[in-house]
Amino acid sequence: MAKLQPGAVKQITEICNRYKNEPTPTMMILEDIQNEFGYIPLEVQELVSELTGIPVSEIYGVVTFYSFFSMTPKGKYVIGVCLGTACYVKGSQLVLDKFSEILGIKPGETTADGLFTLDVLRCIGACAIAPAVSINGKVYPQLKVDNVKNVIEEYVAKEA
Amino acid sequence: MSLVNIEINGQPYQVDSGLTVLEAARKCGYEIPSLCAFNHGKCSLASCRVCLVEVVGARGLVASCVYPVNEGMKIITNSPKALEARRASVELILSNHEKNCLQCDKNGHCELLHVAELVGARDGKYVGQMTEKCYDEIAPGLIRNTAKCILCGRCIERCKEAHGISILGFENRGFKTIVAPVKNRSFANSPCLQCGQCVNVCPTGALMEHSEIAKVDAAFKAGKKVIVQTAPAVRAAIAEEFGEKIGTCGTGKMVAALRRLGFFRVFDVNFGADLTIMEEAHELLERIKNKVGPLPQLTSCSPGWVNYLEYFYPELIPNLSTCKSPHMMQGAITKTYFAKSHNLAKEDIFVVSIMPCTAKKYERARKEMPDDVDAVLTTRELAKMIKRAGIKWNKLPEEEFDQDLLGEYSGAGVIFGVTGGVMEAALRTAYYWLTGEEYQKIEFHEVRGQEGIKEATIDVKGTPVSVAVCSGMVNAKKLLDEVKAGTSKYAFIEVMCCPGGCINGGGQPYVHPTLLPNEDDDILETYREKRAKVLYSEDERQVIRQSHNNPDIKKLYKDFLGEPGSELAEELLHTSYNANREKYPD
Repeated sequence: MAKLQPGAVKQITEICNRYKNEPTPTMMILEDIQNEFGYIPLEVQELVSELTGIPVSEIYGVVTFYSFFSMTPKGKYVIGVCLGTACYVKGSQLVLDKFSEILGIKPGETTADGLFTLDVLRCIGACAIAPAVSINGKVYPQLKVDNVKNVIEEYVAKEA
Repeated sequence: MSLVNIEINGQPYQVDSGLTVLEAARKCGYEIPSLCAFNHGKCSLASCRVCLVEVVGARGLVASCVYPVNEGMKIITNSPKALEARRASVELILSNHEKNCLQCDKNGHCELLHVAELVGARDGKYVGQMTEKCYDEIAPGLIRNTAKCILCGRCIERCKEAHGISILGFENRGFKTIVAPVKNRSFANSPCLQCGQCVNVCPTGALMEHSEIAKVDAAFKAGKKVIVQTAPAVRAAIAEEFGEKIGTCGTGKMVAALRRLGFFRVFDVNFGADLTIMEEAHELLERIKNKVGPLPQLTSCSPGWVNYLEYFYPELIPNLSTCKSPHMMQGAITKTYFAKSHNLAKEDIFVVSIMPCTAKKYERARKEMPDDVDAVLTTRELAKMIKRAGIKWNKLPEEEFDQDLLGEYSGAGVIFGVTGGVMEAALRTAYYWLTGEEYQKIEFHEVRGQEGIKEATIDVKGTPVSVAVCSGMVNAKKLLDEVKAGTSKYAFIEVMCCPGGCINGGGQPYVHPTLLPNEDDDILETYREKRAKVLYSEDERQVIRQSHNNPDIKKLYKDFLGEPGSELAEELLHTSYNANREKYPD
């Protein structure tokens, strides 16, 4: 716990206080922390446990159950490729493979420059526009394998 | 509670309305196999799917462990559909289970094996991937094997309910799910108390004590003088391992068995308990009279509890008595006083403690008290050794402990094994020291009973002394928070880690009702009291009821230690604690 910055401790305390009156605040607290910091390492889970009285094992269980939560820092741009039934049938596995090939990372991993994380999603409710890919919340409809390169370059260009 | 009319397998019954189908069936004489339900739904996640029965009108089969009974319900426990479904559930569990039952230490007490036989599970019905095996044997007290875990969740619930610290939890998702301390760490690298309550409820061999039988075998083989000492609570439960009813006193036969196992001396840790009282009561009086330390004084006999304090309330360590626990004290005395008078070298003596406890295995290995005790066996491990040696329990005579310097014990020492016992024993001696006369009624009934927190105010010749007793760390927390806030009114607090005290320790014989057909339905509610009664009865039978009146204790102080709290006593019988224990070391 000593490893946490005082600023981070303050911020996490604030987040926990937000949900003081909730009967089951675990998910809300973790969601806010994930959005704020991009990941929830064990030290942070210990702090949340101390502040809320929820056992660390329970928090850890929730963090490892939902793929939305991460214990390692995520990239600046989180690419989510939907592998739900409709998207899969429309060839999203090939789209995922293409992202993987170009970025040189496996699903769940982050590029060395910290720019991209590649994630797999299980149906985002956008079946009508399958195969769908979401990058930091922006949804790309009917993404073709050939367009993957352009999409990545779009973000790389932003950073240049 | 109102009654409802139900029908089970065509027969009419009246049962309490609050029951689940599983409980109602059990009351009416039907055992529905189940692997996750434990003690009236307390640990029931309905996760094992083994207790499926048919309820007329319900959609599909129902999990009887969570399904409540209601008026007019018609239950069929043995329809072909239910029987087949139960068998399939068990076969699916077995498909992902490390089936080395022949070598498994849980064999003979395994609920999964029992249920598999009941439902007629077939071999190799489902074959597929297996969960990756993680075997944790780093902790001195406990071992954990994910390949034998059926994810019932009983251990998680027990840890939370007893201690509120939830060391174990579900991790990951789907097929990768395991039950483990955070980040699949070892028990040794998480703030686990190693009390073994999780072991007591585990239906399989996934959680067990870390056996030290091999260590004892090696000592015998090396020709050492192997001296055994048994904790008070062991006698209250060991007979259960040999098919006797819970609440049977096993003292005499246990001593006889130990002698036949070849131990050089068979001693009772009650002597150590008497010694602990002398030192602990002395320490308490010093704190009260000479203000040498803060009040309330906290007892230090229970290593699980000491772990809890070190991990979660290190700032209260000054309140913790510096006394070693009774068996460690006795080990230290055996290797000095006893060794000297028998002309034995310390290295030639091997002290084995038989304990109702898995945390004692950890305690023995603490760096603060090296070499006092060489091995700790649980009650269950002792039973295994007796069975292995072919000693027939029911043919054993009743024998007495060895009377050789450390032989005599008082009734006060016996009751150390139950919540409130240490307090009562200490009060008997402290009262005498404070007033110069014995407490006339001898017994302090205010501190007896199985409640989580008990308190009493003792009138010491006009001076009221407030004391409290608690077991289970959820209860200790309440008292500790008061101490921390400075609002605690007590002078002395007894804390035992396991709910009910050592009689319900993590090394005691398993109380799995399905494997105990001769016990009553409510055995999980009553077994603690039954075991406690064994100890209180033995106390009543003792001629000497107070530790300070134990002649061997008097002799020990006269010939060797001097007086309670002397320099030598401090060196041999007291210890220190670690205020800097990291909960999750890297």
